[in-house]
Amino acid sequence: MSQAAIGLPPATGPEALRAENIVKRFGAVTALNGVSLYLKPGEMLGILGDNGAGKSTLIKILTGFQSPTSGTMTVDGKQVALKSVDHARALGIECVYQDLALIPGLSIYHNMFLNREPLRPWPFRLLDNKSMRRRAVEALEDIGVNIPSVDEEVAMLSGGQRQAVAIARAVYSNARILLLDEPLAAMGARESGLILDLIDRLKKRGDLSLIMIAHNYAQTLEVCDRVMLFQHGEVTFQAKSAETSVPELLEVVKRNYKIVRGA
Amino acid sequence: MSAHQQPLSAGPGIAARTLHGFLRFREASIVVVAILLIIYFEISNSNFITNANLQTLSQFISAPVIIACGEIMLLICGEIDLSVGMVFAIAPFIMYFCATSLGLPIIIAMLIALAVAGCIGLINGFITVKLRVPSFVTTLGTLFLINGLTLTISKGFPVDTPGSPAFAKIMGAAGYAEIIWAVIIVAIMHVVLRNTRWGLHTIAVGGNVLAAAESGINVPKIKIGNFVLTSVLGAFAGIVEAYRIGSTDPLAGGTNMMFLAVAASVIGGTSLMGGSGTIIGGLVGGLVLGVLQDGFTIDGINAYTFDMIIGGAILIAMVFNIHVARLRRAGRKL
Ligand SMILES: Nc1ncnc2c1ncn2[C@@H]1O[C@H](COP(=O)(O)OP(=O)(O)OP(=O)(O)O)[C@@H](O)[C@H]1O
Ligand SMILES: [Mg+2]
Repeated sequence: MSQAAIGLPPATGPEALRAENIVKRFGAVTALNGVSLYLKPGEMLGILGDNGAGKSTLIKILTGFQSPTSGTMTVDGKQVALKSVDHARALGIECVYQDLALIPGLSIYHNMFLNREPLRPWPFRLLDNKSMRRRAVEALEDIGVNIPSVDEEVAMLSGGQRQAVAIARAVYSNARILLLDEPLAAMGARESGLILDLIDRLKKRGDLSLIMIAHNYAQTLEVCDRVMLFQHGEVTFQAKSAETSVPELLEVVKRNYKIVRGA
Repeated sequence: MSAHQQPLSAGPGIAARTLHGFLRFREASIVVVAILLIIYFEISNSNFITNANLQTLSQFISAPVIIACGEIMLLICGEIDLSVGMVFAIAPFIMYFCATSLGLPIIIAMLIALAVAGCIGLINGFITVKLRVPSFVTTLGTLFLINGLTLTISKGFPVDTPGSPAFAKIMGAAGYAEIIWAVIIVAIMHVVLRNTRWGLHTIAVGGNVLAAAESGINVPKIKIGNFVLTSVLGAFAGIVEAYRIGSTDPLAGGTNMMFLAVAASVIGGTSLMGGSGTIIGGLVGGLVLGVLQDGFTIDGINAYTFDMIIGGAILIAMVFNIHVARLRRAGRKL
């Protein structure tokens, strides 16, 4: 099997998302060197890999934030060229970025509805702060993460609390495809448990599909249906979680490790 | 940040309450300073609160406050416009030439002047956002460019403002017309900043430009839009000022007008680092500058002293702002 083909599926059944041969270059740096992946409806895919392997870059391409140098993408079986974050959102793709994409000086509820603010109907289409505040309180209470008040500026929150806000924002947007870039990195054990519970509940409710980037191999194998390994801009391994193990993953990582310098 | 503090299931934390209180106090403290200054000048000189002097005062503060409404939006989204004082000067000339040489109706002439100003804002924004020249440098360039243009087309001579006396009255010639325009614009821009998507996105862009872009906010649109807004408001202020005086001077406005507007913004609590600011603060900042200028003039203090006092006021305001920014950063580490 060629390197580029590792991420590709047996072409059967419906797919929520598929990316083929994605290449992304930043000047001399090749962040992604022909990456392919697919995501079945209702599936949870874990992506593991070295720092700088290109995981976040792939996520940003899938959200329409960056455009690939080359490669194609399909959403729900239809080929698309994402034009913007709003475009991806309209197709049901939501993301928790690694940097969380929060505005420190704005309140939690404004952050939770940033760029999809509910507006009052008449006559000036002003911000509906009341509805934003109410829905933000509901969402955060539903998750169960301890946050003092949705009026608080995000600048006042701890790292884990900020992650909870970013996750709540993505999860309560009725997304069908959720992309989570290290969502649990700053979370305590109790809080990551709450988030994983939440994801579980959402998966049971409907056809939510997820991609989660993480660095915790054991946890990823436990919660994801399938895992992929990213190294130096390529997919070096893929398996169903049930058919692989932490030692095997570590072995692959060690075998394929190479130092990549910008040419 | 939120102006509305309604009871919630969970109350704000102590740190947030202190910060909110402090922030609110900071805005209130400028109001207090303004009131104290007015009391001081009224006591030291009984001519201060008279109809004639209030009119003078209102005329002094109107133009800088109108311009500050745009400048504050720009400062919040992390940019600055140094050229706006020159747009202030050129706009009434454009209007004059459209009305006299081209014989256009006065309203059309005014709309053309505002549209040209909008194009200048568009150019400022395009060079800054798309060609990635810092706005300080971009608008420094257009500052000289527009000034040269004004002096060329006017040949350096003032002209009378065109149009009927009634039109002139509405546009600024009537006693309090200018300040009424200023207050209307302040009220609109306050709502725009606090209660519209545009205002929220402006704060977001200045607070964390990458996060704003990742959230799908069209950062170039917000920035360029605020450059256009600032230029148009600068042009409008120039037109209103010209009608108040009854003539259009090619040397009107300029850097002094621009610096007054920036000073009003900064004294009013808008951060030069972007991400926060208030329109009402800009109005009060303009009032403080006006009261200082007017009061010291009545008291017979000369212009040199006045400049020193303005300088001091700006420095104190900046120390305040940076202190608040440090508190915020400290809050982030909680
Ligand atoms: N905007 C950019 N400009 C230039 N280079 C970039 C940019 N974004 C990413 N890169 C480069 O692309 C490569 C992949 O980065 P990416 O953030 O995708 O890695 P990652 O797998 O998410 O790593 P980590 O586990 O540390 O988050 C890195 O070498 C990085 O320096
Ligand atoms: Mg990453």
